[in-house]
Amino acid sequence: MRRVSRLSMLGLLVVVALATFAGAAIAQEAESIGGRLQADGDGVPGVEIAVATEDGDPVGTGVSGEDGSWSVELPGPGTYLVTIDVETLPEGVGLTNPDRQELELRVSEGGSSTALFALGEREEVGSQLGSRLAQSTVNGIKFGLIIAMTAIGLSLIFGTTGLINFAHGDLVTMGAFLAYTFNVLLGLHLIVAAALAIVVSAAISGSIEAGLWRPLRKRRTGLISMLVISIGLAFVIRHIILFYFGGSRRPYGDYTLQLALQFGPVRVQPVELWVMGLSVVILVGVALMLTKTKLGKGMRAVADNRDLAESSGIDVNRVILSVWIMGGALTAVGGIFLGMIESVDYLMGFRLLLLMFAGVILGGLGTAYGAMLGSLIVGLVSEVSTVFFSSQLKYVWALGVLIIILLVRPQGLLGRKERIG
Amino acid sequence: MLADILVDALRTATGPTAAAYALLAIGLNMHFGFTGLLNFGQAGFMLVGAYGVAITVSTFGGPLWLGVLVGMLAAVLLALLLGVPTLRLRADYLAITTIAAAEILRLFFRSTAAEPVTGGVFGLRQFGGAFFAFNPFPDGRTYLGPLSASPSRMWVMLVGWSLVLLMTLFVWALIRSPWGRVIRSIREDEDAARSLGKNVFSYKMQSLVLGGVIGALGGALFALSLQTVQPDTFLPQVTFYAFAILILGGTASTFGPVIGAVIFWFILGMLQSGLRTFSDAGLLPDFFGAQAVGAVSLTFVGVLIMSLMIFRPQGILGDKKELQLDVS
Repeated sequence: MRRVSRLSMLGLLVVVALATFAGAAIAQEAESIGGRLQADGDGVPGVEIAVATEDGDPVGTGVSGEDGSWSVELPGPGTYLVTIDVETLPEGVGLTNPDRQELELRVSEGGSSTALFALGEREEVGSQLGSRLAQSTVNGIKFGLIIAMTAIGLSLIFGTTGLINFAHGDLVTMGAFLAYTFNVLLGLHLIVAAALAIVVSAAISGSIEAGLWRPLRKRRTGLISMLVISIGLAFVIRHIILFYFGGSRRPYGDYTLQLALQFGPVRVQPVELWVMGLSVVILVGVALMLTKTKLGKGMRAVADNRDLAESSGIDVNRVILSVWIMGGALTAVGGIFLGMIESVDYLMGFRLLLLMFAGVILGGLGTAYGAMLGSLIVGLVSEVSTVFFSSQLKYVWALGVLIIILLVRPQGLLGRKERIG
Repeated sequence: MLADILVDALRTATGPTAAAYALLAIGLNMHFGFTGLLNFGQAGFMLVGAYGVAITVSTFGGPLWLGVLVGMLAAVLLALLLGVPTLRLRADYLAITTIAAAEILRLFFRSTAAEPVTGGVFGLRQFGGAFFAFNPFPDGRTYLGPLSASPSRMWVMLVGWSLVLLMTLFVWALIRSPWGRVIRSIREDEDAARSLGKNVFSYKMQSLVLGGVIGALGGALFALSLQTVQPDTFLPQVTFYAFAILILGGTASTFGPVIGAVIFWFILGMLQSGLRTFSDAGLLPDFFGAQAVGAVSLTFVGVLIMSLMIFRPQGILGDKKELQLDVS
């Protein structure tokens, strides 16, 4: 038995290693300069940025997208001059330091540089507290729904196996990049690409459980050891993605340039509405699945009391496998949605992981509904904080919530006390 | 060509960075190895140590010794802040809180709000003048033969490795003392230690503080050797490098972190130098850009952590009996 599990684990490592180095020719990374134009935390769209060589020969121009991000491909490494066209800035927005209209940037081979133009609102445009609160609340719900979808898997995996899966964030990144591969590199429509990515992601997540965690559990590996192993796994997934795709932010090929709809004080793009609507549908679906179906009841039973569930005739390993498959699919959905409303990059999942932890602990470790509730609160806190404080610190507030809840109610909002002892 | 790669690797393995990471790992060994505390925020302790020096000297023009002291005090404070809410809870709560706190610190130090003091994303520089004024190695020479260490590098290496040795001896003495026996009994069975009348919370807190201060010293050394601090040096992966070093050398063995740091940086140096040499010589396929070197080494760190934990959790020097850690 022991030999078999060792072999299967070695096999998994070998597959991972092969996957890294086989057929990586897609990864040819061109140099680029890009950035994200922001004024008071909101992206500034439609601004023209010109890039020229050191000698002043024009290389290309970029126009900032809806979230303010832009990028210009470069012919090679070197020093470039980046100029922002202040005429194209929207009314009321200007450079905070007018001397920094032209920037000089060095770009190394295969690298990408970020040009920072600090923008500020010159006059009071929509800066009334009420409308900013409304806008940030909508943003917070949108963000919170995405965190919630990814956090359910994290919470249920903890509930059923006791493992805190530090690789969960990188499963999010993996889902997003699978969709990117199908969408941008293979040219499929994003909806088809997303569906494929979700299936592949669920399959990979299931095979990680079957090929790595189940054998480890059979060997009675301690939970802390498994936690450290999950960090190693996270490193492997994250940096294989970095190897293939490089460090720059990339948008999907569809639904990127959309005009925002105005609802009173709130501006929302159609794609964001779709993301929010679908997230709610999926979350309700998961909740129904957990309460109404036999499998869902099994999941909750195992999360609640594993030994009791096992002695009542529930096939615990099958339930855990389904949790991983469901978790894998949900992380992929979350990653793709995040990629659709922002962009994809190799650290997106890791950034999300800490917020997932915050949401899951806030709601109560091991519970599915707690994860949903906690994540929504974390999303709201981080976005609404930008109304009052710098948007650079928005994750700080969300993580601060985590520490406060541990101080006052460590079992979380919906958790039970005995888990924390 | 192979000789060059080996020399490069040896240079990395004996350099100031390896010494700084050895200090981080010694601190983690105190936490994780001897007490069973899962500190995933060692990067945060390193950050306060490094910025303690940089801010005191660069921003406020204070003396260097005060900077080191400020960094150590900040580490004590950070440990107390983290310990109070989490040390009574399960080990994994501490893990999540510490990694979150380290990220909070990094995000705050790089924000524009903190820029007047911390220098924001650009960080601070020029705070090591007093340190290098004491350099006993005369200028204009290189040392250690093929490793070609400059006088200032020699000085940082001397101070760094002496500090590593000192801290190793300190931990060795502590662990042999009655205090060390209580700490290890807490790791083995908290309730047993409690039933003997030991204040488990207080002992855990002392261990968290001590390991954090050693980590802060590593941060100060790191800052002095680079002559610059930037917030993004202290990404969470720094902590996981230190974990890889600790597990490689041997968790809960006194000399494990030192051996681990040297071997870890030797392998990593060889990998990076080798990949770079091969790519310069055009021996690698052209998709293997500069970024790929970093990506491959970090993937390697991940595979190293995983395979060590699966196949040899006691590392090189560790004792398997000391490693029955689990959350209960």
